[in-house]
Amino acid sequence: MQLARVIGDLVVTRKDENLTGIKLMVLQPIAADGSDVGRTLVAVDAVGAGVGETVFFVRGKEASFPFYPTEVPTDAGIVGIVDHWDIES
Amino acid sequence: MILAKVVGTVVATRKDERLLSAKLLISRPMDPSGKPEGTYLVAVDTVDAGVGETVLIVSGSSARMASGMKDCPVDAAVVGIVDAVEVGD
Repeated sequence: MQLARVIGDLVVTRKDENLTGIKLMVLQPIAADGSDVGRTLVAVDAVGAGVGETVFFVRGKEASFPFYPTEVPTDAGIVGIVDHWDIES
Repeated sequence: MILAKVVGTVVATRKDERLLSAKLLISRPMDPSGKPEGTYLVAVDTVDAGVGETVLIVSGSSARMASGMKDCPVDAAVVGIVDAVEVGD
């Protein structure tokens, strides 16, 4: 899993029927110091995250597991909202 | 999942038999602002997208969870046509 910042959301009217009712968020992955790292991506939201929040997300087919048994066609999904994190220096 | 702009179609007469009815699109991945990034991608279309549209592409084994793609040899599928991207910052 990776940390990311939610930077936006999508409006998608025409989509796979198994994506109906699921929020799609734009994520910017971040490093442990909070700086941006890597490319932005779109993830389904399983926890009710909002723009501006720090979250962690899972990549791959596992991203659809929170919606089981519906087979949601996604390769990235937000599975937690981060309250805070600590790094031992 | 990634955002991409559809830039063309692929015509392939000889292909895996499980792809016989598949429509293949050439797409260019892009960031939320519309700036192209990365290399072109061939994706199977499940939502009837057209050239010039911004779409949502699911990659990897999750692409097989798109409508009608069960057990098909695909690793990228168009699962949504994007109406709007709203980025907060």
